[in-house]
Amino acid sequence: MSLLTVDKLSVAFPGHVAVREASFSIESGETLALVGESGCGKSVTAFSVMRLLPSNARIASGRILLEGTDLLSLSEPEMREVRGAKVSLIQQEPMTSLNPVLSIGLQITEVIRRHEKLSRRAARARAVELLDLVRIPDAHRRLDDHPHNLSGGMRQRVMIAMAVACRPRLLIADEPTTALDVTTQAQVLDLLDDLRRRLGMAVLLITHDLGVVAQWADRIAVMYAGRIVEQGGIEPFFARPLHPYSRGLLGARVDVDADEHYSKNRLSEIPGSVGSAAGQAGCSFAPRCPVAEPACRRAVPPLVALPDERAVACPVTVVLAGGPHGAALR
Amino acid sequence: MRMGRRVATTLRRTAIHAVPTVLGIIVLDFLLLRLMPGDAADVIASESGVATAESMAMLRQHFGLDQPLLTQLMNFLGHLAQFNLGFSPRYNMPVVDLILQRLPSTLLLMVTALALALIIGIAMGSVMAAWAGRWPDRILSIVVLLFYSMPGFWVGLMAIVLFSVKLGWLPSDGDMTIGADLGGWASISDRLQHLALPALALGSFFVAVYARLTRASMLEVQRQDFMRTAQAKGLHPLLIQLRHALRNALVPVTTVAGMHLGNLLGGAVVTETVFGWPGLGRLALEAVLARDFSTLLGVLLLSSLLVIVANLLIDLLHAWLDPRIEPA
Repeated sequence: MSLLTVDKLSVAFPGHVAVREASFSIESGETLALVGESGCGKSVTAFSVMRLLPSNARIASGRILLEGTDLLSLSEPEMREVRGAKVSLIQQEPMTSLNPVLSIGLQITEVIRRHEKLSRRAARARAVELLDLVRIPDAHRRLDDHPHNLSGGMRQRVMIAMAVACRPRLLIADEPTTALDVTTQAQVLDLLDDLRRRLGMAVLLITHDLGVVAQWADRIAVMYAGRIVEQGGIEPFFARPLHPYSRGLLGARVDVDADEHYSKNRLSEIPGSVGSAAGQAGCSFAPRCPVAEPACRRAVPPLVALPDERAVACPVTVVLAGGPHGAALR
Repeated sequence: MRMGRRVATTLRRTAIHAVPTVLGIIVLDFLLLRLMPGDAADVIASESGVATAESMAMLRQHFGLDQPLLTQLMNFLGHLAQFNLGFSPRYNMPVVDLILQRLPSTLLLMVTALALALIIGIAMGSVMAAWAGRWPDRILSIVVLLFYSMPGFWVGLMAIVLFSVKLGWLPSDGDMTIGADLGGWASISDRLQHLALPALALGSFFVAVYARLTRASMLEVQRQDFMRTAQAKGLHPLLIQLRHALRNALVPVTTVAGMHLGNLLGGAVVTETVFGWPGLGRLALEAVLARDFSTLLGVLLLSSLLVIVANLLIDLLHAWLDPRIEPA
């Protein structure tokens, strides 16, 4: 049984549907990267797992199974037992995701004391250990600091310490390094990966940085306009992306070594914009797709399982690959 | 320890700023008051009904009013340096004694009114924010609008009509039952009963201000990322609101409350008159009518000190509420 199974999840906001029948699963201890451009529904999917959507959003259908329990069927108090203990969250902006008026010691101990019967002193000792664990120097002296005393990278480490405080089974990291500079990014991701191994937790890594995905993820799920269009292991994905959107994404990467620089050559892009398919039937990528066929514009292509535990929502690709369970990919 | 250092910095800075501020206020007040037509001798003479030019000159000489303006100012400042506020021609007693007599009851009224306004206002604002757009918010919004638009003295008069005249629950005049000779709890309860209506009248407007402000800043805080972080920890919503939201939302409220302490002293003049409250506000009013400049200057000096102390307290409160606010 997978640790987390998201099954045909749809999330609706007034006026539009942010996530459409998204299905994916995460095994214990692995890192699944959920990638896609801004507004494609990555974060909404992640917040749905914690049931922390904005008040105007509604989970329209689907199931979210954590170790076999449907989180959507839990009462709110039951859900509070899950949050922070079994599933925890790291947000994008370390500058704003810590409470500016409370000491980091309090912010770490409050989650420990919420889920475990520990005395104030024991919780503080645990908080020091956690700060050590996330490689914050002088941890015992940092405990009474406030977030504004820390740099962005340090704050994100504190967020990580809070998130792993109760040894969650699943850590959701919503673009954890987008707001950090490149060197800090690598340190933070390295730390996350190290903690994942040591604590045996799974990570749902939301990002739009394919470089990060290639280096830190085990599997990838690509989202486009609210749907998951491709899933699979990292190596096959980067070796041979299947969905035309994935191919476009990888094609749009700039490889400086290969003499790709805007001053020398025109950079490749995916023509059109996400909005092109607004209000249309069929595959939402069809208007931008180089291989689209008339059928693509009529019905939404389902996510079809392929060999190598891959899946793609593109009938053209599936046919080219030799059918749903074809012998080999082209 | 860090807190201690911040308190020390704030105190030092306030002390450095306070002296020139107070001095400036006194000189300005002194000169402005002389622009008023008439002086204490005129008032006393007109009240007695019989006065000759000679007797008025004698009065002026007695009060030092015949001296040149600058000499009077220097005399006043010289006395002030020895903590002597001068002598009131009207009440025939030292101004310091006069003020010290009235100060406690005014302070009691102001602090009670402000505390009540803060407590009720913040509670109402939090409730409004929690149920924003639904019926508790709408009903309270109407109540707040009423408080906001009704002048304090009118609230006071209506409260007297309702609670004192019709219902007979609370006294309408003074700060204690005269000649009742109560002791212990009975005396405290008697004073509290006298305090209730004036404090309500004085604070009602500010309840509205704080309720609106708290509602707005609580709603603002709800959108912050750290609120989602707190939810993601599995904390109870009530704890999230009290620990994570309210403390952030209080900074603008306390800032405004600090500025209101000065307004309250002004508002106290009206409220004290309506309720016959023996405080500084009424003393100031009477001093103006009697052209009793030394008393008036004393009251003004004291109110500026009060405002400075209030600002100091707010600065300290801010340092505690929000550690990002560094003493300048």
